Amino acid sequence: MRQTRAVEFGTGLFVFMGIVALFFLTTRVTNFDSYQGDKGYTLIARFDNVGTLKERSPVSMSGVTIGRVIDVEFDGDALEAVVRMRINSEYNKIPDDTDASILTQGILGGQYVGLEPGGSEDFFKDSDEIQFTQSALVLEQLISKYLFSQGEDSDGE
Amino acid sequence: MRRVLTDVVYAVQEWLETFGASQLFLMRILGGCPRALLRPSLIIRQVYASGVLSLAIIGISGLFVGMVLALQGYNSLERFGATESLGVVAALALVRELGPVVTALLFAGRAGTALASEIGLMRATDQLSGMEMMAVDPVRRVVVPRFLGGIISMPLLAAIFSAMGIFGAWMVGVVLLGVDEGSFWSSMRDQVDYREDVLSGVLKSFVFGVAASLLAVFEGYNSIPTAEGVSRATTRTVVLTALSVLILNFMLTAVLLGEV
Repeated sequence: MRQTRAVEFGTGLFVFMGIVALFFLTTRVTNFDSYQGDKGYTLIARFDNVGTLKERSPVSMSGVTIGRVIDVEFDGDALEAVVRMRINSEYNKIPDDTDASILTQGILGGQYVGLEPGGSEDFFKDSDEIQFTQSALVLEQLISKYLFSQGEDSDGE
Repeated sequence: MRRVLTDVVYAVQEWLETFGASQLFLMRILGGCPRALLRPSLIIRQVYASGVLSLAIIGISGLFVGMVLALQGYNSLERFGATESLGVVAALALVRELGPVVTALLFAGRAGTALASEIGLMRATDQLSGMEMMAVDPVRRVVVPRFLGGIISMPLLAAIFSAMGIFGAWMVGVVLLGVDEGSFWSSMRDQVDYREDVLSGVLKSFVFGVAASLLAVFEGYNSIPTAEGVSRATTRTVVLTALSVLILNFMLTAVLLGEV
């Protein structure tokens, strides 16, 4: 009898530990809370070029992550990339003339959407579109611009 | 030459026979599952035997694997000046690959051998035939609870392995090597996905649990009833489990990543 109880106790403890480990893996190791974060609102922004922006890239304002990109699509009619992002509901006072640009974090880091607040008195609502956007910088385009400007300078002399 | 050819043909034929027999055995086990679930005390005892008794080896191995990952990862990432990503590297490697695979290999060594030799010895000492004489189906009474116990234990053990590994990586990375604690955890949380990484790891460990438990009970149940037969069944369990886990791992990873 005593042995059976020891077995049951050990098994209970083991299953409990396993579940705690799974809980730790889902809540501490992953960004699990962003899945429950349906308490938020969606903003849309159109860019000429989104670079390597992907689903789940962060959206940040003053360096603080306030939301995530939920999908990136190409609009075949307007020939633009459409980025939809989910902003946490606690940040509901973003002026509606805020502009969005695609920036890069660190050297190995991925790209993210940076919001720069405007001065409007009205705030963004659900499924509003950000009017002012700035595309990702593409290294090759930068270099070719630089080379062309060099070429023009030497023509002028 | 001809002899070699016939040998090869026989070997392939034998392998296919064993494979088919194991699948039929799996069907028999699954058929016995509903009844076995009515007697949970038998299953609890087997979860204890294969899970609780493997806890020490799994926990300690996880800890040290995580610690080595942190050392190696730090050394490699330092060359790119990206030591803040240490948390991501360790967590992804553990949750996606090392957790399920190493746990399955250790499980085969610790619990699989015990299962195979226990059932093999029951066969060798005619306990299984005795049960049949008493109209007790040995598959339902002996094999099914052990199989289910293994299936329940494996995903839990793999989760414990991964969690201990991340703890070990934290100890070496943050405490010993001085990686910034905030970026260690935040980069991990940014990059590790719940569905793609954690759930795929759990799925893998479940599949490996089925493979490891099935091979152990199958080899034990079909062992030759002599001392040599039991020892051979035990060896075969470890060898076959290790091989099939590694092969299954490649196939599952290819399907889950969808890149091949």
